[in-house]
Amino acid sequence: MILSRLAGRPAPLAVGLAAALVLPWFVYPPVALDIACWALFAAAVDLLLGFTGLLSFGHAAFWGGAAYGSGLIAVHSGLPFPVAILGGAALAAALAVPIGYLSVRLRGIYFAMVTLAFAQMVYFVANQWRDVTGGENGLQGIPRELFGLDLSDPFFFYYAGLPFVLAGFLVAWRIVRSPFGRVLVSIRDNPARARALGYSVERYKLLAFVLSAALSGLAGGLFALGHGFASLQEVYWTTSGQAVMMVVLGGIGTLWGGAVGAALVVELNDYLATAGFQETGIITGAIFIVVVLLFRRGVWGTARALLARRGAPRPEQREPAPSEAGRSAETVQAEG
Amino acid sequence: MLQQAFNGLVGGAFYALLALGLAVIFGMLGVVNFAHGAFYMLGAFGSYVLLDSYGVNFWLALIAVPLALGAVGVALERLFIRRLAPLDPLYNFLFTFGLALILQDLVKREYGVQSQPYPRPSALGGSVDLGLFTYPAYQVFVLAVSVVVCGGVWLVLARTRVGMIVRAATERPELTRALGVDVARWVTPVFGFGVALAAFAGVLAAPMRAVNPLMGSDLIITVFAVVVIGGLGSVFGSVAAGFAVGLVSALGNYYVPSLSQTLVFILMAAVLLWRPAGLFGREEAL
Repeated sequence: MILSRLAGRPAPLAVGLAAALVLPWFVYPPVALDIACWALFAAAVDLLLGFTGLLSFGHAAFWGGAAYGSGLIAVHSGLPFPVAILGGAALAAALAVPIGYLSVRLRGIYFAMVTLAFAQMVYFVANQWRDVTGGENGLQGIPRELFGLDLSDPFFFYYAGLPFVLAGFLVAWRIVRSPFGRVLVSIRDNPARARALGYSVERYKLLAFVLSAALSGLAGGLFALGHGFASLQEVYWTTSGQAVMMVVLGGIGTLWGGAVGAALVVELNDYLATAGFQETGIITGAIFIVVVLLFRRGVWGTARALLARRGAPRPEQREPAPSEAGRSAETVQAEG
Repeated sequence: MLQQAFNGLVGGAFYALLALGLAVIFGMLGVVNFAHGAFYMLGAFGSYVLLDSYGVNFWLALIAVPLALGAVGVALERLFIRRLAPLDPLYNFLFTFGLALILQDLVKREYGVQSQPYPRPSALGGSVDLGLFTYPAYQVFVLAVSVVVCGGVWLVLARTRVGMIVRAATERPELTRALGVDVARWVTPVFGFGVALAAFAGVLAAPMRAVNPLMGSDLIITVFAVVVIGGLGSVFGSVAAGFAVGLVSALGNYYVPSLSQTLVFILMAAVLLWRPAGLFGREEAL
């Protein structure tokens, strides 16, 4: 069933998969891993923003929480790295339950403010709990190994970690296409109506929040293991903002667009860092502003709109259901 | 203990001033201004630069810097915020987030991350005997000014015609417009005023807090929590919560030092659990 649906749109999928497989040959392997992790993180944020209509500005709590969680498991237990990553994701999900429970009571911009505040609380805890997190020094020397096989070479670790990213994308894609995902979209578009139809809006939002946090945690854990350390930067508010920025740049509500946004932003940051330019906020902030002012559909959304326009005279070419979940950013704008 | 309480109120004075600016902007425009912390930081840096390069003293800076940054706010509203206003409010939130990043890193590029010194104005250099304990005169001054400014804004909102229009436009913009009030005319000045308040708080902070590029961003997130505690869309609630949060965090810091930074967020969680609309918020804001 999954395979047959996947087979329904083979070309973009094959391109995406091929890109993921050859990435470390074309970019510096640690950067390739960063792109993969951030891509999954962005998809997780888009799951909330694009498909549930919730802008979380606090997902650094889950990405960073899992980074510390996975790191601690790997440092102290000596278990193989997949256990550490899944443990981190589970920790992120557990963290998301109370935060989500309190946050989904608020809508729109308040939701963004409250998630931001809770993430800041996680940041302060990580900062103060020095015995466990290492405080400002971060958690260092996180091992990466699988049954005695040392995976510290970034090139190999990319391929060891890639299955987790792909699995995460598959889960996100399945959620969006599932009946559950349809309910989320209906909540995004018209919460009152979804409620009238008997759906418990808060419970659906909470579940979406926890799932999104778990995927963010998967990405964050992998990121920490890949780098061999977890730092306070992972739980800082700029990290939440960067993930949101990737989604907006790639295209809200497109799921795959976040991967494009992630690749662009990570590459740009790497380029700036290599050039010795430290104040990346000037550039990333400017991009953010330009995208928000002029380019709200993002890269993916614009490309899709162009394709749709070109294909318009021959409607039989493009016949997905009108309710197809991933719609352009305009639909997100329309609701309050 | 009493002294701790007083420290808390002084800290709360900054929360209150910033929350007040956020609340009036939000009320009038429906915009959550993420760059509010950046304007606070610019206020402090503005007074530092004026003193360091031009020898302009604190008192002049206290007037000039908020006016200048308020003008910047007016320009921003005219050029950008207005353009995004008809869309989902999230876009203006993201716009001001990008703006905050730019402002913060521009200052960081120019002055580095280390803190710049700013002396206390000589007239307020000593300390005051408050009966039970003596206290630095400058801190007493900050608290007094903050109370006066917040009270003054409240008076303007509650008693004047302008305040009436702003309040009406905040609660029922459509209806206010239907009654023949030109709401759009007040949007730009209110935004400029809110930004000026943030800058004013920044100038006040310069002599007693570390003047560095990051001073605004960390504070503004705490102020978001304050606004949520006080009540969404409630100007009075924001100010009251500002002082209350300052007081509670100082006392918390005194009794349970390990909780000092997280206490405000725990308070926010408790308020959300008990009254999701905040202490003084209206349920319809949800």
